[in-house]
Amino acid sequence: MSRYCVQCGKPAAEPVHRECDGPQAALRPPRFCPECARRMIVQVTPMGWTATCSRHGEVSSGSA
Amino acid sequence: MTAAARTDVLAVAREQVLERGEGLAEDQLVEVLRLPDERLTELLDLAHQVRMRWCGPAVEVEGIVSVKTGGCPEDCHFCSQSGRFPSPVRSAWLDIPGLVRAARETAATGATEFCIVAAVRGPDKRLMSQVRDGIKAIREDGNDINIACSLGILTQEQVDELVEMGVHRYNHNLETARSHFPNVVTTHTWEERWETLRMVREAGMEVCCGGIIGMGETVEQRAEFAAQLAELGPDECPMNFLTPQPGTPFEHYEVVDGKDALRTVAAFRLALPKAMIRFSGGRELTFGDLGTKQGMLGGVNAIIVGNYLTSLGRPASEDLRMLDELKMPIKALSDTL
Repeated sequence: MSRYCVQCGKPAAEPVHRECDGPQAALRPPRFCPECARRMIVQVTPMGWTATCSRHGEVSSGSA
Repeated sequence: MTAAARTDVLAVAREQVLERGEGLAEDQLVEVLRLPDERLTELLDLAHQVRMRWCGPAVEVEGIVSVKTGGCPEDCHFCSQSGRFPSPVRSAWLDIPGLVRAARETAATGATEFCIVAAVRGPDKRLMSQVRDGIKAIREDGNDINIACSLGILTQEQVDELVEMGVHRYNHNLETARSHFPNVVTTHTWEERWETLRMVREAGMEVCCGGIIGMGETVEQRAEFAAQLAELGPDECPMNFLTPQPGTPFEHYEVVDGKDALRTVAAFRLALPKAMIRFSGGRELTFGDLGTKQGMLGGVNAIIVGNYLTSLGRPASEDLRMLDELKMPIKALSDTL
């Protein structure tokens, strides 16, 4: 299980993630690293996305 | 025509817009935007007839990509890419191989248009060079898709340079009514945007100009905006619907009601009978699947497929299937040249 919310970067165990679980969340790529909560560099392309954490590397729509 | 029909805005629109191809004026658009829900179907049907009469059944499909994301010095209150707000979006540059791949994936959907976008006030030399190299690489990849750009406020020299690169359409949204613009952006003016659009038009590029609905504008200001776009006369009008972005001044705004959004789409068609009206950002949240279909049958004749600049869209395959079901052919590249 992820330690941090990929939408807001807060600990995933925190109970309040209302805005991160709403219908808009499905339309957002991850912005924070689930391992360390660093803000990731995200590139959205017409058919996918990649998100890179300087410490934990890259994830993409193909691998998520 | 009876006396009642002479004063009913849809009866007037049938004669003025459908028959003669003349867009509605601002005061008439206010009336359209105030039509009750019971007349929405009638309004959408008329907007669809206008689209079919003056534009035909074909739908232009486009993909967009951001070559420079985030860190923008401007303060557009809706935008997650402004460097002035605590948004989670970090700066990023797309390299040339990535741009070529994005153009290739877009063309593979049947799209005829690929728009290269940058979050900037206006392009600097580095960005212009990146765009030039990118277009060259896309062509060397054997991809003949039409290329559009959206790089912010331009100088005359930059306009000329884009024409020389083969950019056939330039996007620069006025975003909202002139009277509402200062509530949305304070770091540049509506008039500066208009000036770029004027130069683009005079240089022979197609003009793509629309905006975002749901940024706190009144019904009157929506009508004002449509009328101002009609005065500009864009070849394409992208219609976005606000998706409130975390960290921006508009993050707590409500998503536009679906029926209001459909009414607005139809009103814009009645203001711009001959322009391409494109479903753009926010349609997934505002319209859902059913509303998207209703919009395609209510005046819209172009869509962005796949993802947007910083957010995700429906899978392209779903939109292409929808167009097939609606028996709306994708506009061929040969039709655009």
